[in-house]
Amino acid sequence: MNAVAPFEGIGVRMRRKEDLRFLSGKGSYTDDMSRPNQTHCVFLRSPHAHAAIRSVDTAAAAAMPGVVRIFTGADYAADKLGGVPCGWLIHNKDGSPMNEPPHPVLAHGKVRYVGDAVAMVIAETREAARDAAEKIVVDYDVLPAVAGINEALAAGAPQLHEAAPRNICYDWHIGEKGPVDVAFAAAHKIVTLDLTNNRLIPNAMEPRAAIGEYDAHSGEYTLHTTSQNPHVIRLLMGAFVLNIPEHKLRIVAPDVGGGFGSKIFHYIEEAAVTWAAPKVGRPIKWTADRTEAFMTDAHGRDHISTARLALDKDGKFLALHVQTKANLGAYLSTFATSVPTYLYATLLAGTYTTPAIYAEVTSVFTNTVPVDAYRGAGRPEATFLLERLVDVAARETGIDRVEIRRRNFIKPDQFPYQTPVALQYDSGNYFATLDAALASSDWAGFEARRAEAAKRGKLRGIGISTYLEACGIAPSAVAGALGARAGLYEVGAIRVHPTGSVTVLTGTHSHGQGHETTFAQLVADQLGVPFDKVDVVHGDTSKIPFGMGTYGSRSLPVGGTALVKAMDKIIAKAKRIAAHLLEADVADIEFDPRAGAFKVAGTDRSKAWGEIALTAYVPHNYPIEELEPGLDETAYYDPKNFTFPGGCHIAEVEIDPDTGHVAMINFTAVDDVGRVINPMIVEGQVQGGVAQGIGQALLEACVYDAQGQLLSGSMMDYTMPRADDLAPVSVATHTTLCTHNPLGVKGCGEVGAIGSPPAVINAVVDALRDHGVRHLDMPATPAKIWSIINTRMAAE
Amino acid sequence: MYDFSYHKPSSVADAVKLLAADPDAKAISGGHTLLPALKHRLNKPTSLVDLSGIAEMKGIKREGNAIIIGALTRHVEVANSDVVKGAIPALAYLASHIGDNQVRNRGTIGGSVSNNDPAADYPSAVLGLGATIHTSKRKIAADDFFLGMFTTAMEADEILVAVEFPIPEKAGYAKMKNPASRYVMAGAFIAKTASGVRVAINGAGPCVFRQTAMEAALAGNWSAAAIAGIKQDADGLNSDIHGSAEYRAHLVGVMAKRALAAAG
Repeated sequence: MNAVAPFEGIGVRMRRKEDLRFLSGKGSYTDDMSRPNQTHCVFLRSPHAHAAIRSVDTAAAAAMPGVVRIFTGADYAADKLGGVPCGWLIHNKDGSPMNEPPHPVLAHGKVRYVGDAVAMVIAETREAARDAAEKIVVDYDVLPAVAGINEALAAGAPQLHEAAPRNICYDWHIGEKGPVDVAFAAAHKIVTLDLTNNRLIPNAMEPRAAIGEYDAHSGEYTLHTTSQNPHVIRLLMGAFVLNIPEHKLRIVAPDVGGGFGSKIFHYIEEAAVTWAAPKVGRPIKWTADRTEAFMTDAHGRDHISTARLALDKDGKFLALHVQTKANLGAYLSTFATSVPTYLYATLLAGTYTTPAIYAEVTSVFTNTVPVDAYRGAGRPEATFLLERLVDVAARETGIDRVEIRRRNFIKPDQFPYQTPVALQYDSGNYFATLDAALASSDWAGFEARRAEAAKRGKLRGIGISTYLEACGIAPSAVAGALGARAGLYEVGAIRVHPTGSVTVLTGTHSHGQGHETTFAQLVADQLGVPFDKVDVVHGDTSKIPFGMGTYGSRSLPVGGTALVKAMDKIIAKAKRIAAHLLEADVADIEFDPRAGAFKVAGTDRSKAWGEIALTAYVPHNYPIEELEPGLDETAYYDPKNFTFPGGCHIAEVEIDPDTGHVAMINFTAVDDVGRVINPMIVEGQVQGGVAQGIGQALLEACVYDAQGQLLSGSMMDYTMPRADDLAPVSVATHTTLCTHNPLGVKGCGEVGAIGSPPAVINAVVDALRDHGVRHLDMPATPAKIWSIINTRMAAE
Repeated sequence: MYDFSYHKPSSVADAVKLLAADPDAKAISGGHTLLPALKHRLNKPTSLVDLSGIAEMKGIKREGNAIIIGALTRHVEVANSDVVKGAIPALAYLASHIGDNQVRNRGTIGGSVSNNDPAADYPSAVLGLGATIHTSKRKIAADDFFLGMFTTAMEADEILVAVEFPIPEKAGYAKMKNPASRYVMAGAFIAKTASGVRVAINGAGPCVFRQTAMEAALAGNWSAAAIAGIKQDADGLNSDIHGSAEYRAHLVGVMAKRALAAAG
């Protein structure tokens, strides 16, 4: 009797392949690696937010025991190489290009933030390098610094870059102002809201690390680095920074312990260790400590906005006008410029039919760490603004906050839906996700819970967010027209081995997402190969075709689709081999992945996978005149459109009025992420994203003082969410399929972080509804809540 | 971390000798404050005198109407001690809420008390219970021990050997944690003792202190109503990105009320 193999394809909660090695200490991270004869590198960093460098004296440091070499900004400048490039060119309102000041690898002449690298010390050990770094004497002429957005824009503000007058990078807009003005003039009601999106520090579990080496025999450079996109690093660093031809440059991003966006970017340390490796003739390793991570990993968010919404007498949204100022930090990080523009203002329609939208964005330089994409990247900022504004509008029009959302939702029969801010949504059903979340959270029963909490002296609140986001940024041609300096396709290769096992090569990179499992399930589903016989290879430019990496929830909708296309090619070729072996017409060959067999339609004649694979590589009986041997196919996929996940998040909180502490009581997420490949992984992604969203809403605040010193520079002062800060997160999905990729998938990596912050703050504001609170900015810390309650009580 | 030499004496006398011989030496027990400072190169001792091998500094015992806890006793041991739970449950409660499991499994009462971090838990119990500090040289009353931020009455070559806690009639502890560090933002340890009512406030100020207005009120009337109207003065309290002095002053009242409720 033949046992039926368990189904391991789409929709199954397969345990994650990668977890055994992660949980048993067998992961291989960059810092786990030691290269033969390796040296260690420490960067001397500026203690000042803004200063001119008068001189750098390395003599005493160079004489310290174990020191191999010391390089300064002057040494790097002498080689006449490039600075770190920006990957997205934004144009001003008048069509002129943005200001793009240089981003040096090692600071030369000036430092512009606390943490700016002034020198690199290479020594036999890390401790020796640290000892020597302390002996370097830098003569700084300390300059006035500016850390805040408004302060940087003020008249007379300290200027960071000659190439950026008034500290402005660009002054950009999207949408049409004319129709917005007309709508406002005729509006029944106008609701205005000023709000801040708090600056965040990513804190991936693994700090950044890099090992640069040079093989004098082959002339090849190798960089091991903690990257989400090794080919992008190869292109940027090779072509724009160090002038290393790509065939002589290998980038390896091995196991990476979390990225959340912060490991997309090309960082100066990667270029520095690669540049210096041939000069010292030995590999150079650098690993950040946590303090360094706080002060050099690109931060996230940091917007100040004013939003105005025009409504008619029925609460229908007529027009939206948004003015946003964004902090880009001291230099342009790789995708910094795209985050407050095309990843933000294009999302301002949300789930609503607002017919006219106009957004203006001014991005500014400050003496702070560069700011770039962080989980959600622009979309959380848009969602927070919009979902707060809708709540305020509900309150000020007297329309129930759920009802006002229903009145303005894009209806299921309106898809594809063209927004006034460039995007065209392909699918969604916001009513369905709303209804499911209302039911799951027992929204209707809330007032009883509020009354019960009041008896205990607690202020209970419930908040809702009906969000939309855009994933898998695409197509390349459109992104290119908007200023992207990179392609946004993805590549996948399926290598079927002679005995039928499969190696998957993907240009995406997994740093916690579980690609090794999800992609293996895709192969199991489409090719019928057992899950355990599929391995996924990623992260090494010498092994995989040129791919674009992982960010923006793109891996499955873009990378997974490339794999499906490669598998389609495999199946087509395998059918031709089967037709030959079965002496049948290829049109009559059917492939049954569940049976793992090719058969002649209407007969019981079939060939098993293994036999087809073996025949492809041992082509004794083979249509060699018509068909090449081998079963190894590559496909590139450039999407026609973004994907548009969306849904409804509901948060329930309880405030202790005595201390101001906000306790998360419950969190309900009903997300439409398209077809789900592995529900367990989707739930994990949503829970993780919600944890980060709750962190932003209640806990996390990156604080600089007026002189540009980072006050929240360690876990002692920066509040990362802990388990007891969170609530049970109920996760459900409601699927509408993406219409333009074969799997119907949309992506799930960011929905949690995008949808949740406004739900939490809406709940906090609801809890304080009797305290005259119209709005409060994140994070809702105990001190802030107490201050609100106390001020109110004092006023009474 | 800078290089240092390492000593592990087996008696208090030997430890004192080592500390006296080297003014830049540091004593270490659980290391939960000192080690992070060393790792960050914020401290550069020439030598570390590891106290963990000194048997006479270990253990919990009851002597008459007092509990004596050796300086090397880890927080987890105090939290789980039947002797402490039976005699001063508020002290066991306090110990069970210090930091996290890792901290409680390494950190010691002697380290915490002699470090006198304004945001530490133990100083409030020491002051609130009117404990006596036993050092290698002498006995010091709690009221004379805590001098200011990270400063105590102990001299450089003096080692905290044990803490003697008189058993109170009632005692309770409550604290508000700093959301980031989880150290104490404001805490209150309230005790009804043979020598009167004591209210010690930690976290809120630069050093643990007694809230004498509350003590006086509770001496006459051991009830929440007695302290309900007492406002802590914000002057001189800590202020940082997590909370103003005014917020901390407010929390002192809230925590005192909760500590009183816990004391019963």
